[in-house]
This record gives sequence, structure tokens and C-alpha cells, in this order.
Amino acid sequence: MVQPLLQVENLLVRFGGILALNHVSFAVAEGSITALIGPNGAGKTTVFNCLTGFYRAHEGRILLREGEGARDLVRELGGFWGGTHRVARAGIARTFQNIRLFADMSVLENLLVAQHRQLNRNLISGFLQLASFRKAEAEAIDFAHFWLKTVGLEGSANQLAGALSYGNQRRLEIARSMCTRPRLICLDEPAAGLNPKETDQLAELIRALRSEHKVTVLVIEHDMSLVMGISEHIIVLNYGQVIAAADPQAIQHDPKVLAAYLGSEDQA
Amino acid sequence: MAKTRLIQRILAALGAGIIAFILVGPIMGLKIEGYDFVANWTSPLTLAAFVCIARLVLGYVPLDRIRHSHSDTAPRQTKRSPVQVAALGVLLVVLAASLPFFASKYWISVSIIALIYVLLGLGLNIVVGLAGLLDLGFVGFYAVGAYGYALGFKYFGLGFWGALPTGALMAGLFGAILGFPVLRMHGDYLAIVTLGFGEIIRLILNNWLDVTGGPNGLDAPPPTFFGWEFKRAATQGGVPFHEVFNLDYSPQVLDSFVYLVLLAAVVITIYAVMRLRRMPVGRAWEALREDEIACRSLGLNHVTIKLSAFMMGASIGGVAGVFFAAYQGFVSPVSFSFFESALVLAIVVLGGMGSLTGVVLSALFLTMMPEFLREFADYRILVFGFAMVLIMLWKPRGLVQMRRPYFGLRGN
Repeated sequence: MVQPLLQVENLLVRFGGILALNHVSFAVAEGSITALIGPNGAGKTTVFNCLTGFYRAHEGRILLREGEGARDLVRELGGFWGGTHRVARAGIARTFQNIRLFADMSVLENLLVAQHRQLNRNLISGFLQLASFRKAEAEAIDFAHFWLKTVGLEGSANQLAGALSYGNQRRLEIARSMCTRPRLICLDEPAAGLNPKETDQLAELIRALRSEHKVTVLVIEHDMSLVMGISEHIIVLNYGQVIAAADPQAIQHDPKVLAAYLGSEDQA
Repeated sequence: MAKTRLIQRILAALGAGIIAFILVGPIMGLKIEGYDFVANWTSPLTLAAFVCIARLVLGYVPLDRIRHSHSDTAPRQTKRSPVQVAALGVLLVVLAASLPFFASKYWISVSIIALIYVLLGLGLNIVVGLAGLLDLGFVGFYAVGAYGYALGFKYFGLGFWGALPTGALMAGLFGAILGFPVLRMHGDYLAIVTLGFGEIIRLILNNWLDVTGGPNGLDAPPPTFFGWEFKRAATQGGVPFHEVFNLDYSPQVLDSFVYLVLLAAVVITIYAVMRLRRMPVGRAWEALREDEIACRSLGLNHVTIKLSAFMMGASIGGVAGVFFAAYQGFVSPVSFSFFESALVLAIVVLGGMGSLTGVVLSALFLTMMPEFLREFADYRILVFGFAMVLIMLWKPRGLVQMRRPYFGLRGN
């Protein structure tokens, strides 16, 4: 079996006395669309925040494959130079449940900030506009336009990000995280607040991310038709534990999953 | 419709007047003379009438429209070509540079102070306007620059030209020292810590008598031009500037010289900040102002970004301090009180956070205005506060709004 891109082992997170994640283990295969579902308060967003470096897990490992070996993302958070940004630089990008764009900056600038690492950050060459600086800027602008086209926002490059419609803001956020050139993109409820037509477009976009842009997708979503339609692998969380991990067909008939969502007779 | 609104307004005005009369009537209207009350209703009635009229006028002020005035800072394709913009800039600089050749010594001094505040405003604009970090202790860096020059001269014989980079470097270092403890702070808390920082610097300068001379201050030497001094007779066998160029001695030459060097520094700073806004560092500052969490999720190290903003702003403040010390010839802690911080912050807020033109104009306005209004010197702070309130009401984002850079379409 191929080693998965992301391997989560025995993740444990406490908030005070509450065990938010209780020995959560799962794997995300390279090039897959994996969904993380579960009732409200199951710990989905906590898992996301651990993966993307916003929370530090108390126990467990998050291994991101790198060449032959793997990098433990939990360790990237420690130390003087550690922090969330190191996880992002390792190749994990994310979007947020409540959109977090740079609202007062233009759409294109949002995408340029995401490419910060690829740009020429030398102050001298920037002040003097040396050729190397201009080249890096031009490439970044081209890359930004490429992603604007991909998500269908090519006409809005010079608008303020905050002035876009809600659906377009969601798409821009995806484009922005893709501009960091990630290997794994984590989408936190990307369909929240979208109408059915926009949700269909979103499903198309997510499929394109995987098939055309060769990025692995991990998605949290409550819209079951979207989840069942796009994902190959589904992980179900409940009360901080993984209760099922299988393909969509199996999940739909899993008694534990049904019990978690609908309640079972013997519990009632 | 219009009629009922008029009636409503009149009723509201009458109501306000009656309330005012009830409130002030007993206080102002009844006076005790001996053992009796003497009623004098004219003054409370006048006051009530005034309130009444004021309320009526207030009804006609479109408060809603003022408060909800939507700002549009979206990028627009400029109508002027870069050549035209550059030409305009050069024209302005040439005009400004010609000032010492016709203006009086008084106006040159005023312009020097104004330009120092432009420099301070530009520095604070990076911290507050671009990076969104509210800094109430900016005067601390100004003091570091000024005292850096004076102390450097006293103990190490540092000259003006050496002091410019050293002052910038030292102030930048202090910016980093301040930056580290406040990395986790936002908004009000950050403001309080920076306020304390500015005061600490002033108190150290004031109380460390052995080194800084305390309240007595320190001398700072005037600048020289390639070693030629701007004095009537040079010290220790040197040659004064006017003899080298066969000019008549004039005390105005020194001021003109400081003015021109300062102008050059301001022009360079303006250019640098203009470039910064289109550079990765500047964009990262603005992104940090907009959303720190999103920044981190994109792989930006918020620690270095915050520190770089603090340091860059502080260095510019330090340079301003060196100019201040060199021009005054003397530094003392009195010049670095909290009021200076507040004034610089007012310059940034009034001009429009992040906007270069706005900051430059408001710095010129706020430092020149008191000179024009010498007769009203007592009311200076009052006018100042009033202007701030008006700006907050009408233009919450400042007089000149920052416009985002426009990116032309490429490749298609």
C-alpha cells in the first residue's frame, strides 16, 4: 500500500477538563478527496486546527509525508521559530469556516500576499525595482490571474475583497490558499451559506483541484449531498473519536454513523 | 411629509429647550441674597433658547449620511501616466527646495519643524496605518534618535552624518526591543504598553543625570558640510563654509542647509514608503492589519512581520530625532512628552491611515496652522480637538483615503 500523504496518530486535545479529541487516528491518501463529517461539537474543526497548526495537540503525531520520510507537524509548532506559519510552509493550506479575507485589500493583493514566500523580499531590490524583483512580481501576478480564472473571478482582480459577494469570497479564499502552492488543502465548511447552484459549482471546483491541480483535498462539510458526491473517503467523528472511516456507500449504511446523526432506538 | 417632519423637529427642539430650562433654571435662575431667593429668569431662558435653536439646527445636519458614508478605496486605473506623476513630484520637490532662497529665517524654521513632523508621521504611518499596530509611544524613538546624536557627540565625537545611520539603527533596535514583548498584544493593550514605553524613555532621559544631563539637557552640534562648519569663525583652525565659497556670513545658511538635507530625507522616505506598499513586506504588513490568523495560515511569520513594521517605523522616527537635535542644537526631555506622540498619531489619523498624501498634508497643516493662528494660541488644543471630532464624524478614515495599487491585466 502507498504511504498516505497525511497520517494522524493518536491525536489528543483537551480544553480544560473536556477531551475534545480522544486518540484520533486517520490517514489521508495522496490525491484523494477526503471528507471529515460528524455532528456539531464532534471535534471536526479541532482536528482542522491541529492539522493546520492553530492548536497544538497534547499527544499524538501528525505526519506529513516528505520524500521518503515524514515530518511531524506537531513539532513544527514548538521552539522559538516554530509556529503556525511553519505548518503552512510544509504544504498545508486552509480556508476558514467564517471567511477570513484581507477585506480592505484588493482581490489580486490577497493572492499576492499568499505568494509571499515565492516573491523577492529583498528590500534593496524592491526599492530599486531590480530585474529580479520585477520578474518575481510579474510571475506572482500571472499566477494570481491564473487562479482568478480558475475560480471564475478574473473580472474582479482590482475590486476590494470585502466587496465581493459571499459566494465569490469563498471562491477567492480557496484561490488564495491554492496560491501558497500547497500539497494538502483543508476546506472548512466551504459550502456554508451557498445556494444550490453555487454548491454545484463548488463541487466542480473541488474536483478540479484534485484532478487538474494535483492537490489532496480534506473537507469538513455538513451538506451531505456534496460530501457523498465528491469524496472517496469519509471519516466520521463523534465526541472526539473516529467512529467510522470508509467510502461513501459504506458510511451511508454504517449503524454507528446513523446512530450518531439520528440517534438509535436503544439509546432513546 | 415635509410638514410633519418640520413639526417633529420643532417639537424636539422645544422639548430640549424645556429640559434645559428645568435643569439649569433652579441653578442659574434662583439666587440667594441674604435670606431670600431672588428670581432672575433671563439667563436660564437665554440658555434654554440657545439649546432650543441648537437642537433645531442639529435636526438639519444629515448625521446618518455622515456616519454611514461608505468609503471606496478600490483600485482604479490612474488617468495620469507614470511620467506625469513623476513630473508632478519633481515640480513639487523643486518648489519645496527653492523655499530657503526667498523665505525668511522664520519661515525656514517653521518649515523644518513641519518636515520633521512629516517624517515622524511617515514613520508612525507604517506602524499604525499599514501594520495596524496602535502605537502611543512613538515619541520614544524620536527621543532615541535625538539623544543618540547628542550622546554620541558627547561621548564618541559622533558627527551629524554619522548620526543619521546610527540614529536610525539605534531607534530600529529599540523598536525591536519594544516589539518583542508586545507581539501577542492587540488594540488597547498594545496602546497602553507602547504608551508606557514612550514614558519610560522620557523618564530615563530625565533622571539619569550622570549620562544624559537630566532636565538640563545636552548640546547637539549643528551639522557640517564636508567638514566645513556654518559658523562665523570655525573652531580649531577649520575653515567655515562661507569662506570656502566666498560668501558673506549669514546665520540663515545653516537653517537652509538643514532644511535641504531634511527635504531630501523626506523625499527618500516618501519614495521608500510608496515602494513598500507594492512590495511583499508592505503587503504583509497590511495583511497583518486585516487578519492575523489568515496571515499565519498562509505561511507568513507574524513575529517577523510585526517586528519589521516596528523597526522600520522606529528608524524613520530616529532619523527625525537626529534632525531635530541637529536643528535645535540642544535636546532635553521636555521635547519628548506624550503630547508629541499624540500629535503624531493625530497627523496619521487626520491624514488618513496608510495614505501618504494625507499624512504629508496633515503634518504640514497641523504644524503650520498654529503659526498662522498665533493670536489664538490659547485655543490651539481646543481647535485641534474640535478638528479631530469633526474628522471622526465626517471622514472616519481620514482626509485622504488610501487607494489600493492597481494591477493591469497581463498575458491576455
